Amino acid sequence: MASSEKLNSKIPKGSMADKWNNHKFDVKLVNPANKRKFTVIVVGTGLAGASASATLAELGYNVKTFCFQDSPRRAHSIAAQGGINSAKNYKNDGDSVHRLFYDTVKGGDFRARESNVHRLAEVSVNIIDQCVAQGVPFAREYGGLLDNRSFGGAQVSRTFYARGQTGQQLLLGAYQALAHQIGLGKVEMFPRTEMLDVVVKDGKACGIVVRDLITGDISSHSAHAVVLATGGYSNAFYLSTNAKGCNVTATWRAHKKGAFFANPCYTQIHPTCIPASDDFQSKLTLMSESLRNDGRIWVPISKDETRAAADIPEEERDYYLERKYPAFGNLVPRDIASRNAKTVVDEGRGVGPLKNGVYLDFSDAINRLGKHVIEERYGNLFQMYERITGEDPYKTPMRIYPALHYTMGGLWVDYDLMSNLDGLFVIGEANFSDHGANRLGASALMQGLADGYFVLPYTIGDYLAPLLGEGVVPTDDPVFSAAENEVHDRVDQLLSIKGTRSPDDFHRELGKVLWDNCGMERSKESLEKALEEIPRIREEFYKDLRVLGTDDELNDSLEKAGRVADFLEFGELMVRDALHREESCGGHFRVEHQTEEGEAKRDDENFTYVGAWEYTGDLASPQLHKEELEFEEVHLTQRSYK
Amino acid sequence: MHVTLNVWRQNSSKEQGRFETYDVADISEDMSFLELFDVLNERLIAKGEEPVAFDSDCREGICGACSMMIDGQAHGPEKGTTTCQLHMRKFNDGDVITVEPWRATSFPVIKDLTVDRSAFDRIVESGGYIDAPTGAAQDANATLIPKAVADSAMDAAQCIGCGACVAACPNGAANLFTAAKVMHLNLLPQGQPERYDRAINMVETMDSYFGSCTNHGECQEACPKEISIDFIALMNKDYVKAQLKNRATLSQG
Repeated sequence: MASSEKLNSKIPKGSMADKWNNHKFDVKLVNPANKRKFTVIVVGTGLAGASASATLAELGYNVKTFCFQDSPRRAHSIAAQGGINSAKNYKNDGDSVHRLFYDTVKGGDFRARESNVHRLAEVSVNIIDQCVAQGVPFAREYGGLLDNRSFGGAQVSRTFYARGQTGQQLLLGAYQALAHQIGLGKVEMFPRTEMLDVVVKDGKACGIVVRDLITGDISSHSAHAVVLATGGYSNAFYLSTNAKGCNVTATWRAHKKGAFFANPCYTQIHPTCIPASDDFQSKLTLMSESLRNDGRIWVPISKDETRAAADIPEEERDYYLERKYPAFGNLVPRDIASRNAKTVVDEGRGVGPLKNGVYLDFSDAINRLGKHVIEERYGNLFQMYERITGEDPYKTPMRIYPALHYTMGGLWVDYDLMSNLDGLFVIGEANFSDHGANRLGASALMQGLADGYFVLPYTIGDYLAPLLGEGVVPTDDPVFSAAENEVHDRVDQLLSIKGTRSPDDFHRELGKVLWDNCGMERSKESLEKALEEIPRIREEFYKDLRVLGTDDELNDSLEKAGRVADFLEFGELMVRDALHREESCGGHFRVEHQTEEGEAKRDDENFTYVGAWEYTGDLASPQLHKEELEFEEVHLTQRSYK
Repeated sequence: MHVTLNVWRQNSSKEQGRFETYDVADISEDMSFLELFDVLNERLIAKGEEPVAFDSDCREGICGACSMMIDGQAHGPEKGTTTCQLHMRKFNDGDVITVEPWRATSFPVIKDLTVDRSAFDRIVESGGYIDAPTGAAQDANATLIPKAVADSAMDAAQCIGCGACVAACPNGAANLFTAAKVMHLNLLPQGQPERYDRAINMVETMDSYFGSCTNHGECQEACPKEISIDFIALMNKDYVKAQLKNRATLSQG
């Protein structure tokens, strides 16, 4: 198989370990005095967007940064609990750049680009140094050294953490660096501003159209390059662990302007969330996967069990992960832990009032280490659990169940993190590049910061350097007014339907269709059913949507309606991708393709490629482009965690 | 459950606000307080009335977006809890609950329960960072930080920037927020070079937006992360010391 001509991944020459170093030497540089002649737009202020904005401004570029939240500090990276990986080998337990690289490629079920993953592992070491220098208060040992723990799917302790709120602390580090640059006037910050279109001229991204969420003003901003750091699309499923505002609009709008969307069917289900309790549920809450280090997962052997957890004797419990995967036990990768939970719940052995969870039990760890140790490690998580469920996890086991959490798919990018549209860069969860079909725990924070601090600031120079002397496209250019008009029309359309159903109502309906038919398990039948349902919901949406209020004020319903409209289109592409990929890999599990033991069965001969979709103007017939994946270092093997 | 809500409605910062009363029947005690508002809003939309605007995002108590004054208490009656993590089981069937936006002149109302907290960002921009440009860092383990110091810094760093401290303060002071931000960095070895400049710049920026602290202590009662007012004392100490230090001669002790 040869890669599509439209996809030039620009992987540098040389051995795997030398590629990034060689490339850094080969990229064109922008002279320090010339950097101020360039303007870069960054959309999103999570770990990737905030770190990129700060670093580009430190280098001397003029940066304009946008976020829909009221402050850049609130982007959803803030909710990550568990930790961040780095190949520091501080624990002397055999970790190395190569091992982190190997684990990530294997964990991604051989569907990631090796060269990108190796670079990620290389710069992981610098990230921790950078964060500590900024004052991120990572957990420490009594001697003053940094503490590490092992985290889902890893056999070494390479995860750095800050109580149960590593995401918030890392984001505050990046936000503070960004705030510094805002204070210096190098970054112009636009909070409560949502990007509603990318503007392209002569095949190059030249700016964006945004809506001020308070006044409703629609305006254009131009730049030499546009960076999207707008996160993933888990909220297509309505119920997910993502923040309420997370959406696919920025990447979907870019897609409709020509950027290819890669592997949208690679969605990750997080194994340890609090099970839903009723229909009004607005989101699902994740309990950090680090809990699996000390908690033991089990369900009763009998599906007729009615006793409380503590009253069920040892021999009547099924510690199913320890039983099936003795080497990794409760620490098997996320997809395996999730599917096994679904299996036991589907067998009728689930726990809780709705029998929709499994136990995560800390009693052994509390007996072994003492309550104070568990409290120190997970205190805030236990507190959060108790608040939500009204149950005390020190006394009764937690109940957990998988939920949508992260999306590995995203806009296609080359080695420089540039999409197929010149000048449009995509970083963090919004791109597809590093996690293949499944992401390992504590690797999302690593990738966001790697892209923002250490990759994009180098690679963007290679694109900008030849543009020296060229101005930005003025915002009164016809390409901008055309894009603004389109945005106005969309807003007017949403307000003018005047039907009977709220945006949330449609969103819930779409979410249920996707969860039931394109969730933890997918089949040809279920996917075809979703392809019938989604266009029907979309049609209904444009007939019966009700958005009250006006477009010149803060209007939450209007914001939601725009996002739901995009999810309704995007969802169809995700299902088409899942239907075309006739194999199981990582988070994409097709029931038709499994081993006798019920594990994901890849088809390396036919599907060792990145599936990048081009928008053709017709949602029913997107064009597929393939980037062939070659594995030089890590040999293709069936994953086994037994 | 059934509750009656008195909710502050205000179309914009320029218009007068008023309380509206809503009966919300058939709710579950497992709902969060924000889910109660989700349900209320769905019902308002069905009736053709505009939904209540309120900020929320992560709904797990960490992003700091949610901000409701519930029966006069910032984030409601449960200690150490944000509005999104407050559940209806903490209320009784038939309760009448009054819900207002954060009450502080420095946080102008944008609409209904949504306020503008951007003054917090101005405080951080004035000094709430360590000047460590990307790429210049030494090895992360090169500086030993005693666990107790790291833990104290972390206690301060937990601040989620929600603004409950300001809303709860009779003076509308932001000293707890600012102290958490200042002391997170001033306690750490990495924060020492800019320590006194940071204290001065952040305190003075704070003073230009917010009221003065008179040690009521309401802020620490309202703080969803239970940050201690001890940090205010530490910040004040650094601020006073900073007035006496000639920064050019700091190296001389």
